[in-house]
Amino acid sequence: MIARLLSHDLPRSRPLAVILLLILLGLAFAPFLFPGAKAMNVAAKVLVFIVLAASYDLLLGYTGIVSFAHTMFFGIGAYGVAIASSRLGPTWSALAMGTVAAVLLSLALSFAIGLFSLRVRAIFYAMITLAVASAFQTLASQLSELTGGEDGLNFKLPELLSPAHRLMEEPLLGASLDGRFITYYIVFFCAALLFLALLRIVNSPFGRVLQAIRENDFRAEAIGYRTVVYRTLSNVLAAIFATLAGALLALWLRYNSADTSLSFEIMVDILLIVVIGGMGTLYGAVCGATLFILAQSYLQDLMAAGASAAQGLPWLAALLSPDRWLLWLGVLFVLSVYFFPTGVVGKLRKEQGR
Amino acid sequence: MSALSMNTTTAPPRAAAIDWAPLLLTPLLALAALPLVGSGSTWFTLTAAGLAMGMIIFIIASGLTLIFGLMDVLNFGHGIFIALGAFVAVSVLGLLPAWTTADSLALNLAAIGLAMLAAMASAGAAGWLFERLLVRRVYGLHLMQILITMGGMVVGEEVIKMVWGPQMIALEVPAALRGALLFGDAAIEKYRLLAVAVGLAVFIALLLVLNRTKLGLLIRAGVQDKEMVESLGYRIHRLFVGVFVAGSALAGLGGVMWGLYQQGVVPQMGARVNVLIFIVIIIGGLGSTTGCFVGAMLVGLLANYTGFLAPKLALFSNILLMAMVLLWRPQGLYPVTSR
Repeated sequence: MIARLLSHDLPRSRPLAVILLLILLGLAFAPFLFPGAKAMNVAAKVLVFIVLAASYDLLLGYTGIVSFAHTMFFGIGAYGVAIASSRLGPTWSALAMGTVAAVLLSLALSFAIGLFSLRVRAIFYAMITLAVASAFQTLASQLSELTGGEDGLNFKLPELLSPAHRLMEEPLLGASLDGRFITYYIVFFCAALLFLALLRIVNSPFGRVLQAIRENDFRAEAIGYRTVVYRTLSNVLAAIFATLAGALLALWLRYNSADTSLSFEIMVDILLIVVIGGMGTLYGAVCGATLFILAQSYLQDLMAAGASAAQGLPWLAALLSPDRWLLWLGVLFVLSVYFFPTGVVGKLRKEQGR
Repeated sequence: MSALSMNTTTAPPRAAAIDWAPLLLTPLLALAALPLVGSGSTWFTLTAAGLAMGMIIFIIASGLTLIFGLMDVLNFGHGIFIALGAFVAVSVLGLLPAWTTADSLALNLAAIGLAMLAAMASAGAAGWLFERLLVRRVYGLHLMQILITMGGMVVGEEVIKMVWGPQMIALEVPAALRGALLFGDAAIEKYRLLAVAVGLAVFIALLLVLNRTKLGLLIRAGVQDKEMVESLGYRIHRLFVGVFVAGSALAGLGGVMWGLYQQGVVPQMGARVNVLIFIVIIIGGLGSTTGCFVGAMLVGLLANYTGFLAPKLALFSNILLMAMVLLWRPQGLYPVTSR
């Protein structure tokens, strides 16, 4: 049963299985285990980033394509929900319409970019997507009547999901059963479903062809697979999943702006997550996203404590300043590309193999 | 590929037939803009501004395209040398307030020259370190190169923030270079004249080194076929390092020019300029110096014309230009034949 659910792609390492189980349990019972606004935000963000990073891994880890336009699709999803909800009012049909419209737009865009530039070498694609993504970001901030410009969009959700809506007056087992609670579980189940769907995709015959292209596109072509078609499909699929992740983010935050979903910083975050977690395995995205978001939310506090402890040594204090946490993640990123290119997951699986 | 080698065996060695069509694009674009802009003096001002902007972009992008052409390394961290150069210039000019505020052109130019030298030296040194620590291990692995140079960029940006702080720092043009020269109704900012002069000097120097010296011969040969150069007994790797350092130093120089042009520097400027220079080298043809020059001119001119005619469109003029050029020549204006 579990093997079928996971598409027979099991963790294949006891420590990894334990970690994944802990993450799953933690996320599934987050409202009960960690009540409080900040912890819930962190848990929801972890969920969204798991889907986002897993969809990027489909491109980077499985197909061997580097794209810098992934946040563009993430942003389209988030803006789709935000624009539809703020225009059409807080209804379920607005949510659905926004999501569908965003998915269609992503589909068309990713298809066009793929056909246009996936025929050529990886490096070319990376540059073109970088240029397109930056143009799209400018476009989003320019169309301020539609997107709210730099200020972003605040919007309301249907009555059932609003924080004021209460299922029960009394908290149940420490969790207050309100609209946020329901929203969290919608995000949780959607994310779980999307993740399982991605697992299904990468373990299908289609996914095997993608891996063949990653290993040697010339031979894949020689066996008889049209690599352009497969690359484009992989690109389109990744874009759609990223769009859905963006819609989930907007649903949770009830707010969207270029900084929360479109910015290049998020693109760098995704890269860090996928590489540190482990390229070419979706479990890497789970571990990476959890590690990264936890670090982003809590490590900075720790670093602040460290920096104030190291007051006497200005250099050490500057290195430990909480604003510099990206420095350490960057160093970790470079080291992991060199020394364990298969990431945390690959390392754990290797330990098991010994 | 085979057709090409057949040609070279039967025909005499191809004389350097110059491909004129892309070179004509720049004057054509300028002429086409004239009726749209309407007034001649405005057109003159815009054209001069566009050429100056193009020159600065060229200085930055030339290093990147050289590195790619010779070493087949696309450095996504190139922007970091731009930012480093600009920040070093801030520090150097900050140390010489007497020189920059003096109303003497010679002292002002000396201050800028000193800042440029310091920027080139530090960007070159950073380039050497970058090659040594990051790029050296991933020659030939494109995916790894993109990831590792991206990582280098993230780390470099954080280091810059650590040293100079995350906020924007103003970078003022020295006193005698402020303001504009008037030619009839047309105005040209003095600083832009300097930019054109420096850009032309870099372009001519690059062309001379590449075409007239033994070093340039080796570099061009390396672009065509590096195994062959190696088998003739030249240490291609030393050449690699040299070009990487030189390319980084050029980026540092360009960073100074760009910082003065924007009149301020932010740690993120490298990432922003990166997008621009990628577009330029794609337009020019990856690895081609002349293509890079033409691409930079086109981008600079178009940015200024559209900025005047349709400001909203100006933000996307680069992407449109790139799409049109790629439709015409999918490998860029001057494709480098060996790839």
